[in-house]
Amino acid sequence: MPADALVSIRDLTVQFRTDRGWVSAIEDISLDINAGECLGVVGESGSGKSVTALSILRLHARGTARAARGSIMLDGRDLLRAPERDLRRVRGGDIAMVFQDPMSSLNPVLTIADQISESLRLHQGLSRAEGRSRAIELLDLVRIADAPRRADEYPHRLSGGMRQRVMIAIAIACRPRLLIADEPTTALDVTIQAQILELLRDLRAELGMAVMMISHDLGVIAEFAHRVVVMYAGRIVEQAPVGTLFSAPRHPYTEGLMTSLRGRDIPGQRLGSIPGRVPDPDESIPGCRFGPRCAHVEAVCRAAVPALVSISENHDVRCTPRSQALAPACL
Amino acid sequence: MTPAIRLILIKLLQAVPVVLIVSILAFLVLNLLPGDPAVIIAGDQATPAAIEAVRHSLGLDRPFIVQLGIWFLHIVHGNFGNSLVLNQTVASAMLQRLPVTLSLAGLSLAITLPIGIGLGSLAAYYRGSWIDSSVMTVALVGVSVPSFWVAGLAVALFSVVLGWFPSSGYVPFAQNPAQWLRALLLPSIILSLFEIGFLSRMTRSAMLDVFGQDFIRTARSKGISEWRIVSKHAFRNALVMVITATGILLSAAIGGSVVIEQVFALPGVGRLVVEGILARDYPLVQGVMLIYGLTFVLINLIVDLAYSFADPRVRYD
Ligand SMILES: Nc1ncnc2c1ncn2[C@@H]1O[C@H](COP(=O)(O)OP(=O)(O)OP(=O)(O)O)[C@@H](O)[C@H]1O
Ligand code: SF4
Ligand SMILES: [Mg+2]
Repeated sequence: MPADALVSIRDLTVQFRTDRGWVSAIEDISLDINAGECLGVVGESGSGKSVTALSILRLHARGTARAARGSIMLDGRDLLRAPERDLRRVRGGDIAMVFQDPMSSLNPVLTIADQISESLRLHQGLSRAEGRSRAIELLDLVRIADAPRRADEYPHRLSGGMRQRVMIAIAIACRPRLLIADEPTTALDVTIQAQILELLRDLRAELGMAVMMISHDLGVIAEFAHRVVVMYAGRIVEQAPVGTLFSAPRHPYTEGLMTSLRGRDIPGQRLGSIPGRVPDPDESIPGCRFGPRCAHVEAVCRAAVPALVSISENHDVRCTPRSQALAPACL
Repeated sequence: MTPAIRLILIKLLQAVPVVLIVSILAFLVLNLLPGDPAVIIAGDQATPAAIEAVRHSLGLDRPFIVQLGIWFLHIVHGNFGNSLVLNQTVASAMLQRLPVTLSLAGLSLAITLPIGIGLGSLAAYYRGSWIDSSVMTVALVGVSVPSFWVAGLAVALFSVVLGWFPSSGYVPFAQNPAQWLRALLLPSIILSLFEIGFLSRMTRSAMLDVFGQDFIRTARSKGISEWRIVSKHAFRNALVMVITATGILLSAAIGGSVVIEQVFALPGVGRLVVEGILARDYPLVQGVMLIYGLTFVLINLIVDLAYSFADPRVRYD
């Protein structure tokens, strides 16, 4: 684990309870989020991005999920095994989260100020009045006009973009060291998307927090991230600094994503132009799970599950033919 | 005018035609019943002349529309006419009995609300566990077992065999609060059995609905304790449903109190109406029917208003 890793995920396998028993939605996820950096996580729908993110704060619906293997370390503590009380201090304190759908993520019967100040009162012991004035400051910070009036309103009076700003205000209230943003702009209009991304970028710089930016949208990732993790069917298939990933992608899946992006060359381009679809977690596929969609599939791909191999410093690929060709010979 | 007061006024105005219809229905109920009240009241041995005399004294020989007018006049005067057997106005007879019924309904609601909401929330939170299935079983028994049957059983056991409670009678609160409670506790609990069963099922389904919502996950992501999530974030959202259920319960308590007052010989309005029916005291029965109808209207009015305070989305619309 590098010295500056803030959160370090190792060998994480998360399973869901289904009719056919426990099924792994993500498998063997290992990644680091360094202090102050922005890690992009990209992949098609169903690739396991949200499951990974929710696992960090153990936010899966109660009783539906379990971490079958692995660890998530923060400050020398394994969050997967931390008692509920310790975890509650991390939630909203050290690590905060912004969700995809701002229309349903705010409580409709509580005022904006109440929802923003709740974690401040909880984590920092602020009084109701202090909480409210801090909430107004935060509304200013996320650039909501007329903050004192908005503070006392209920979410249904706000537009989607404003609600997402409120969600961001809630998340940054206690100055978290890591902000997990799970597709924070997907549900918004294109112009609003750009504003929210700009806001997040500015806040990240201002507050010096690390951001885990999850997106379908390679354009968003290219603009925002320092390092990128590409996920497919519940596994990390490639991991590299953003420049390397865009200039020299090595995994056929990443290449496919790039082609679909370049082919259209439209900002806001969604993924999914690769033929075929992401397999369900319980589908059994021998060897590489991308095999059925891969143009470069060979016999060796079906023989065994490819390992995530480091092909150069900070660049890992899970593809047997490619890593055999590219990995340093001394291995 | 503040929005809240305007809302109350609007709701009151909307209730006026309903009240009018209710009062006409209360009048019609007895006129539509089979049999001639004059014949029944005059008795088996009555001569035709005696029957006519009774008919005249009841005003039944007048045109229908006049009778209705007199009924309205009595309502407007607030006395609801004279009872045929009680030697007092219907209004004063009801006023005497009302505290008993209100005590019964109030006490059983005070028992029902915390237990029903608590059990329902517990079942929802531990959905699918043994806690959930036990609560749901108890609730099912509560709503299915007829209250006259439980009441009879309870009187036999707790009053007759064990002697913990009086088996009948009522002591006014002002006279002796402890005796008041002792007299009402058992009947209230029995009335509550159905109510708890009903309310806990409604609460459970409302809470389950809320627990699945995104904003609950947001609350958890802030580090809020499970207790606060349930009691603040979830319950405040389930409140509209709980208010609806409570309104239904209060309405059902009117019917339930008739049975319970009968079994425990409590001198409430429910007992009064049964006595009235047995004695063919038509003005009395009409009066109680009207009061029951008005109570329904009032409960609905309060429920309507409570919504707008529970849910900001309906507040000023
Ligand atoms: N609560 C759950 N119960 C069962 N399976 C689940 C649950 N949550 C997620 N999954 C499964 O896990 C897999 C990964 O889902 P996840 O939500 O992480 O995808 P994602 O990459 O976030 O996709 P999207 O871009 O659509 O948000 C999916 O196949 C999904 O069906
Ligand atoms: S391992 Fe084989 S099938 Fe899988 S991505 Fe690489 S080349 Fe394609
Ligand atoms: Mg997702």
